[in-house]
Amino acid sequence: MQASTTATFLDRLDSLDVAVSEGTPDACASLIDAAAGDPAVGTPLDIPGATMPDRVEMNPTVEELRAAHTGVTAGALGIASYGSVAIESDRAGTEPVSLFVDRNVVVMREADIVPGMADAFAWLGPRAREEDIDVILATGPSATADMGGLVRGAHGPKEVHVVLLSEEDSNAGDVPEADDE
Amino acid sequence: MSSETADSAGTTEKRGAKAARIRELMATEGDAVAENTRGFNAGRYESTGRLDDYEELKAEAREIKEDAIARLPELIEEVKTSVEANGGTVYVADDADDANRYIREVAAECEVERAIKSKSMTSEEIEVNEALAADGVDVVETDLGEWVLQIADEAPSHIVAPAIHKSREGIAELFNERFEPDEPLETAEELTHFAREELGKLVEDAELGMTGANFIAADSGTMLLVTSEGNARKTVAATDTHVAVAGVEKLVPSVEDFAPFAELIGRSGTGQDVTSYLSVLTPPVNSPVPDFGDGDAPLRDTDSDDRAFHLVLIDNGRLAMREDAELTETLYCIRCSACANSCGNFQSVGGHAFGGETYSGGIATGWEAGVEGLDVAAEFNDLCTGCSRCVPACPVGIDIPWINTVVRDRVNRGEADRSQLDWVFEELVPDEEPAGLDVGARLVGNFATLAKWGSRTAPVANRVASFGPARAALERVTGIDRRRELPSFSRESFVDWFERRGGARVPPERATREAIVYPDTATNYANVGRGKATVRALEALDVHVRVPALPDAGRAPLSQGMITTAEEAAHDVYAALAEEIDAGRDVVVIEPSDLALFRREYERFLADAAHERLSGASYDVMEYVYGLLENGGEPEALRGPSGFDAERGVAYHPHCQGRTIGVGEYSTAVLERLDYDVLVSETECCGMAGSFGYKADYYELSMDVGEPLVEQFGGTGRTVVAAGTSCGEQLDALLGSSVRHPVELIAPR
Repeated sequence: MQASTTATFLDRLDSLDVAVSEGTPDACASLIDAAAGDPAVGTPLDIPGATMPDRVEMNPTVEELRAAHTGVTAGALGIASYGSVAIESDRAGTEPVSLFVDRNVVVMREADIVPGMADAFAWLGPRAREEDIDVILATGPSATADMGGLVRGAHGPKEVHVVLLSEEDSNAGDVPEADDE
Repeated sequence: MSSETADSAGTTEKRGAKAARIRELMATEGDAVAENTRGFNAGRYESTGRLDDYEELKAEAREIKEDAIARLPELIEEVKTSVEANGGTVYVADDADDANRYIREVAAECEVERAIKSKSMTSEEIEVNEALAADGVDVVETDLGEWVLQIADEAPSHIVAPAIHKSREGIAELFNERFEPDEPLETAEELTHFAREELGKLVEDAELGMTGANFIAADSGTMLLVTSEGNARKTVAATDTHVAVAGVEKLVPSVEDFAPFAELIGRSGTGQDVTSYLSVLTPPVNSPVPDFGDGDAPLRDTDSDDRAFHLVLIDNGRLAMREDAELTETLYCIRCSACANSCGNFQSVGGHAFGGETYSGGIATGWEAGVEGLDVAAEFNDLCTGCSRCVPACPVGIDIPWINTVVRDRVNRGEADRSQLDWVFEELVPDEEPAGLDVGARLVGNFATLAKWGSRTAPVANRVASFGPARAALERVTGIDRRRELPSFSRESFVDWFERRGGARVPPERATREAIVYPDTATNYANVGRGKATVRALEALDVHVRVPALPDAGRAPLSQGMITTAEEAAHDVYAALAEEIDAGRDVVVIEPSDLALFRREYERFLADAAHERLSGASYDVMEYVYGLLENGGEPEALRGPSGFDAERGVAYHPHCQGRTIGVGEYSTAVLERLDYDVLVSETECCGMAGSFGYKADYYELSMDVGEPLVEQFGGTGRTVVAAGTSCGEQLDALLGSSVRHPVELIAPR
């Protein structure tokens, strides 16, 4: 079930031109390092075993945010059928760090991918009622068609890169090797 | 000069002005609007087509709205409690002035110098920008389309893509003139990035952020904002005071209720599966307010009391609409724009013609009638032709044509002006409607009487119809455009022909089924050929056929908003057919707009059981033939392609209302079963839409709406078929070729 959900999620991200890096949490820092532009700012990931590369400024000033090319933030949830990621606001500034940049690198766990939109709102409902959470369900980069043609990168990021972390080696069977039936 | 003549001159003048305005909009904005709306509409089909559970989601969305509007006062109380518990404030404003007064107070209290806004139609409705500007607040629209309009000082022409009427070249010219950049801007990328930079600066020192809300959950005070550019996110994140302006109808019970709307709104509107950002916020939001004035300040901020939130819920007529049995459905509207994009007329003229003070497209009639009043709705209500293509497009299943019909009926009654009526007219228009109804509307609405009269006096009537001076006079008095060919009446009616030929040729005892062919007014008096073809086709498939004289179905009066007359027709038709249906006979209908009445609108006029019986026993003629073939009927008994048809194939335009009730595809299926090569049109409506295209005001618009049909069918050499009488007349005029009903192609000669 999770395998096919992940496959759908990856397929949707691909159609949105969202780059994806997959690996285990111990590879997290190097995956982020490869995905992030420079300079980069970030907010805590809160994913067990996952670390940030040193070059990502984790306690940025407003000026550092303004100058940043990339913002690295955690994704709280993925929606497979849409290729959406949930970015949850916090006092560390996850919302502005994911927004006022050219590229948003979203780090999330494969286990947090749910199949559909209804699952996402079923997760959101109780937390909105009990914890007043604020979540952006982001699907690909920001976009506009208001200027006479579709342009990626309107007010928000121009690019999104997902770093997907799984406990197992990501090659463990969700993608068939070849059609050798 | 008599008062009649003076009134008639005034009406003619008003008509001329309307036609001129439409002509101008088609010339200046029509191309951009057409390209964008048709693109959105095609995207809607593709995107909703990818959903396995599209119909279920629509049903779920509808149910949520029905429940929410029914419980609205209770939800308003609940959301007050929720938002206040979160640390925000709720203000329920009676009207626009009340809302603006409150928002100005908030702005004054926070000493706001600049307010930034994300796109909100409700804020356009109350004209809050003007109210704040009067207090010296610099209000900046951050949605790129809205910003373009703010610079150009123009009104939105579309509820989702407000600058849809502006071309890239037009925007470039505007920016280059206003901002004089070092290098002139040209491409969409350049324009977008320029706007991003300019607005980025303005965002940084704004104190107040104003958003709308697409949905608000009463249980938690959570709102859903549906956006793509990221400007709504910035509007909220960058400012410490958040004011959300929303109509009371945006309330739904809970956060979980957002789910079907999140799946439907983008797909239904612009054809995106989902927009880039769904902001699910429970304000005041849990995010530090960046101190853009102090670059060295850390972004992180653990003090969570730095934000204020005001939810301004607007009544402004909505609670009265809720009590109005006919307008209440308008409140289910989620402002997705599907009804605008799927509308032939909207595709040609856009929201500057097909819209009121704030809202545009088919549902705007309901909004403007409820918020602004009947007279504002009356100005553009004519542009809904009742083609009904928006009905299946609407994600919450609002019967938008019905709302337009109701408003038209109210306008007819409200604006009654007796002096307009000419006594000569009374004989031709024996309806139940108020005196003072527009003469043209009344003539069209009484088409059945007119047709009967035309048939009796066919040679004379037809000669008058093609006589120049007579047509000029007709145009002056009734508004029927002289460039249109009028229906040519047949001397012998369909019913008379059937009787003269000796009635049925397949006796009941040898028949597989028994059917009544409904002699609709157009078939009976003008288009008798398709009636004869129907009889021949059904008899070839061993059906016992009868063609009794039956009352007119009421389509023409309904299209003019003459609801009382149409309702009378429904009762008459049912009374005349009830016994036939009881005897197990099928009712076969040739004119799709009449079958659509039986199946859709009669539900409002007849008792439930009566409507179910009539609609259950009625078939479109091609649907019926399809069913007969599926049940063992011999395709060889019908006529396959030969000669010209075999060589070039057939081009088929399904009738708009026929498509809405799901019978459009039977013609394609039957023709293909008989080995015809069929090219099916992709155009929602031919533009004639019954009588619409006959009106002098709308002749050019009607021809423009039909233009895609010329592009698709013109020059193909295919035999053109269409089931609707008015589609046939329109295609005749557009393509210059004679158009037949599909049954005329397949019936044995």
